[in-house]
Amino acid sequence: MNVIVKLSYLVASVLFILGLKLLSSPKTARRGNLYGALGMLIAIVVTLTDQKIIDFTYILAGLLIGAAIGLWLALRVQMTAMPQMVGVLNGFGGGASTLVAYAEYLRMGEAVGAASYDVLVTTVLGLLIGAVTFVGSMVAAAKLQGLMRSAPILYPMQKQINAAMLLAVVVLGALFVQDPSRNYTLIAIIAISVVLGVTSVIPIGGADMPVVISLMNSYSGLAGAMTGFILSNDVLIISGTLVGTSGIILTDIMCKAMNRSLGNVLFAGVGADYQATATQTEKRTVVRYTAEDAAMIFDSAQSVIIVPGYGLAVAQAQHVLHEMAKILMERGVTVRYAIHPVAGRMPGHMNVLLAEANVPYDLLLEMEQINDDFQNTDVALVIGANDVINPAARTKKDSPLYGMPILNVDQARTVMIVKRSLGSGFAGEDNELFYDQKTMMLFGDAKQMVTELLRVLKV
Amino acid sequence: MSETLIVSIYVFVLATFVGVEVISKVPPLLHTPLMSGSNAISGITLVGSLIAAGEGHGGLSVFLGMFAVIMAAINVVGGFLVTDRMLKMFKKDQPKRAD
Repeated sequence: MNVIVKLSYLVASVLFILGLKLLSSPKTARRGNLYGALGMLIAIVVTLTDQKIIDFTYILAGLLIGAAIGLWLALRVQMTAMPQMVGVLNGFGGGASTLVAYAEYLRMGEAVGAASYDVLVTTVLGLLIGAVTFVGSMVAAAKLQGLMRSAPILYPMQKQINAAMLLAVVVLGALFVQDPSRNYTLIAIIAISVVLGVTSVIPIGGADMPVVISLMNSYSGLAGAMTGFILSNDVLIISGTLVGTSGIILTDIMCKAMNRSLGNVLFAGVGADYQATATQTEKRTVVRYTAEDAAMIFDSAQSVIIVPGYGLAVAQAQHVLHEMAKILMERGVTVRYAIHPVAGRMPGHMNVLLAEANVPYDLLLEMEQINDDFQNTDVALVIGANDVINPAARTKKDSPLYGMPILNVDQARTVMIVKRSLGSGFAGEDNELFYDQKTMMLFGDAKQMVTELLRVLKV
Repeated sequence: MSETLIVSIYVFVLATFVGVEVISKVPPLLHTPLMSGSNAISGITLVGSLIAAGEGHGGLSVFLGMFAVIMAAINVVGGFLVTDRMLKMFKKDQPKRAD
């Protein structure tokens, strides 16, 4: 019996790996997700045959309630709210790991004295990581949803206080391992981890959320792997580890795309002072163009690269934008989209938003794929993007953007920028490109301006 | 170190390598579905939760187990479903287009 269970877990693990492998192409990705779900189903059904399970009442109740909430969330969430959604789900994964670790400790009861060191250590780690993930993800989601101020919340001695709390967890953990009957040490560890979850995420600003979300993703995997260690269950270790690596890889990609180190994102509180510097612009003059002016340029254009930013998504302009792009394509204009790695609020978010508007994915190109093509392009149409096109990143050494890889929008023959005002982006850096001879500033809300463009082009 | 721990560490280290290999091949286009999908996989904690919740005798352990089942089930069901919802939207270019 035990053999069948273990072999089924192996099958589930293989399905998880295969599922992730199939995610390497949009053609097979949906099947991959299905494989993952199938693996999960196998793991669950097999677990239900475990002899330790003698009462199914609480299991059924839990499964029904959880599945209903999950279903409801998944069906009603908007694509722009996907980062919050992933954050919340992440948090639940971490929360479940914490509860399992603690429930397992309670279950051991008197026998805990005989538990080996590794079980005790992983219990502590599971509680810590799980609780930090749960609370941290919820805070991140609240920031993204606007329930909390998204600007960094800073106070004196912040890093030191967090470090002290982490140290306290280590000390309490050591006390627990020494004498596992000290239940209060675990309670204290959970309590501190909960606080740490809050204090470690509040200093991180809204624009750094892609990093936080992927980091939390990684943590939730690690928490799962830790429960795997406690229960010596290989399928938990394997799947937890897969998620952990996935999160770390994405975190690394996001950090590189912003030219920042992980430590800098987590501890620097960048953006706290950006409001102060953002007001120093507005002195030079820019030329204000209308949709009619833009349409004339489009009339003679052969190739257009669209650079979408989050401003586009917020205005829900992606649908109209694609309408407009289709008109251009029908006229024989080559239209492509250039996607910066940190466009949107989480890794790959912009691709999802454009996919929602039925933009075919083969028109969506990554920065490395398209950056050399800007110089041969007639029009670069920038909508709601700011820092990712700022040439200061290449030249201005004292700029917070310096060194960040940017889209070479400035190399296109004409640059059109749809923007609400001349205000600078998150980094607070004025953009030279706005004042360039070949730049046409189209001031207005992304949706209104694109709708206007669409109307003029149709005539 | 116990025998089981050694095996667990083996599994952990090897899984890390598999993870890096598999995940670095996922294109940026699919990074959001990757995240929500892998997230759903992390709901595998459900397996642990089931055992905790089904142990019987009532008690705090079972109660916590049930809450763990609820949370993990939200993660699993919500995660896989929303990933599918996203992946459904990714479509290749319609055949009719001058290129």
